[in-house]
Amino acid sequence: MAEFLAYLIAGIATGAIYALAAIGFTLVWQTSQTINFAQGEFVMLPAVLILLAIKLFGAPIWLGALIGIAAFILIFGVGFKLAVVDPMIRHGVLPLAIATMALSIIMKEGAKDGFSAEAQKFPSFVPTETISVFGAAISLQHVAIIAVAFAVIGLLQWFVGSTRLGRQMQATAQNPTVARILGIPVERMVLLTFVINAALAVVASVLISPIYLAKFSNGEVIGLFAFIAAIVGGFNQVRGALVGGLIVGIVDSMAAAYISTSYRLAVPLVLLVVVILVKPEGLMGRKEERRV
Amino acid sequence: MKKHWIIAAALGMAVSLPALAQDKVKLVDVVELSGAGATAGTNWKNGIDLAVADINAKGGILGKQIEIVHYDTQTNPGNTRAAVQRAIDEGTYAVLGPVFSGPIGASMQIAQRAEIAQLVGGEAAGLTKQGNQYLFRTSLSQSAAMPKIAKYLKDTVKAGSVAVVWVNNDFGKGGRDAIIPELEKAGIKLAVDVSTEQGQADFAADAIKVKNSNADAIFVYLNEEESARFLRAAKQQGITKPMVGETTLLGAKVIELAGDAANGAKGHVGLSIDAPIPAFQEFGKKFQAKYNYASDHNGLKGYMAVYMVKWATEKQKKFDKKGVADTLRGATIKTSEEPGILIETTVEKNGDLDRESFLAEVKDGKQVITATLPKINP
Repeated sequence: MAEFLAYLIAGIATGAIYALAAIGFTLVWQTSQTINFAQGEFVMLPAVLILLAIKLFGAPIWLGALIGIAAFILIFGVGFKLAVVDPMIRHGVLPLAIATMALSIIMKEGAKDGFSAEAQKFPSFVPTETISVFGAAISLQHVAIIAVAFAVIGLLQWFVGSTRLGRQMQATAQNPTVARILGIPVERMVLLTFVINAALAVVASVLISPIYLAKFSNGEVIGLFAFIAAIVGGFNQVRGALVGGLIVGIVDSMAAAYISTSYRLAVPLVLLVVVILVKPEGLMGRKEERRV
Repeated sequence: MKKHWIIAAALGMAVSLPALAQDKVKLVDVVELSGAGATAGTNWKNGIDLAVADINAKGGILGKQIEIVHYDTQTNPGNTRAAVQRAIDEGTYAVLGPVFSGPIGASMQIAQRAEIAQLVGGEAAGLTKQGNQYLFRTSLSQSAAMPKIAKYLKDTVKAGSVAVVWVNNDFGKGGRDAIIPELEKAGIKLAVDVSTEQGQADFAADAIKVKNSNADAIFVYLNEEESARFLRAAKQQGITKPMVGETTLLGAKVIELAGDAANGAKGHVGLSIDAPIPAFQEFGKKFQAKYNYASDHNGLKGYMAVYMVKWATEKQKKFDKKGVADTLRGATIKTSEEPGILIETTVEKNGDLDRESFLAEVKDGKQVITATLPKINP
């Protein structure tokens, strides 16, 4: 029982990170009907920028974090929307999706050449101690990841569902034409969505990098698993991304524990295939009909 | 008139270029500068650059300056094959690298066909069992190291059962296949056999599995970054049993990345700048001064690889590509003959090495050598 609990907590912690990244997929999908294939690199890069700020300016950790986070949100929240999404979206969603693939490679190679090809230690904001729960040693870092990720997702849900700005964002996502007629500043809402996506990526990056270490290639696995999580949960629902992330994280942990580490990458992919065959809109997603 | 001078100068340069080329000997290093092997490859490359700078400053090899070129394999076997072929096509005197055993296995036949010596950083036991007369290690092989580890686990750690954690590539599989029979011979029970993937980031499940095996000790045989991640995951899971490894686990980069989690790790190291060998320590200081970080064993391997080529060339008193391999096979390089080799090294007929090695432990974030082990065939 203690062993199962330990695997479960580790899986939930990993799943919470996937959920944060998967929510980014759903936000971009809802506002621009496209897939951001650079989402994994969005989670990789903030940690690299923070370390870079510390190295370049000799800044203390807190200042380096502020500079890195601000630079990331500005460049990859506002800049991504203005420089990539706006010029490409008028040519259709496929060119935009391809542009995000290019962005993914540029971010990865840029981090490798501009920072380091080697993994770097990233400071943890939580002690690396354990607590005992029903006989299982639970890592405080895992507890912190779960707590912060759930708090951030809860805050996002509250913001979207209970504030005027959030409802304007929802209206924009559901029908931008009607939202514009109702006087909602659609462009600003779309921009806000991209900024929120960047902020979620920052949170995921700061939480996971002390464990994974900061490395240019970290986005590959995170991006893949978050993508699977978004599809499993439902690409058009934030709560779907949360559920999908947790399921993928737990399945991954259990697969490594009870099947084989060699097959752990395959198990979430099998889950993905099953969900696509049985419930293509995702476990929490809603069916969308489009006229073509 | 001015135009004539420019043409004359250009012609003069063109005529003098071959002469300049003849004053140099080209060495190509094919190495992992990105991808999973970036840490090992970067140390190897920096060690080579340090050796080349030292040798060139002292007049080069037989009066020729070394021209060093590095090609990044991205830790990809296909890229490695292409880079080795390119190195040979460009007339390299010997091939240096790569460091990872998988890419070595995929590319070593190319240098063998060209009858050019290839000096590599790989430790997988199988590399030198294929009858390749042109492949030379710069470190001890797993076959030489694992009996020492098993003895250490039995006599010093007093382990009755051991969990083996290994990375599923040629290096890790070779180590796993070499240690398990040695554990059996020593009467040590295998508590759990945990395979992990190259480049794996999340080791929480593996650490939980190891913890629940109740092993007396854990043998960790992973590459640098994965070693650090595993040590951190093990600490997160509250594992207190001894972590024992072979060279990589106790490397400077692993200690840096793992932080406190590396403290207490023990094992066998083939090369270390902290070893009680003055030449190693001197190398460590030069490396630190030039690159602003501490070299791991791969830095030493790269440094010694260049000096092995230098020693063989000076021994044969001419630049003969095939002769480098012929001279190295079966030779013992003494520090009195070539100080750059840093420690007396015997090159066996199959390309394996024999030399002194060390037992070490990580204490307060530093590798501390606890014993020196003699050569297998003194």
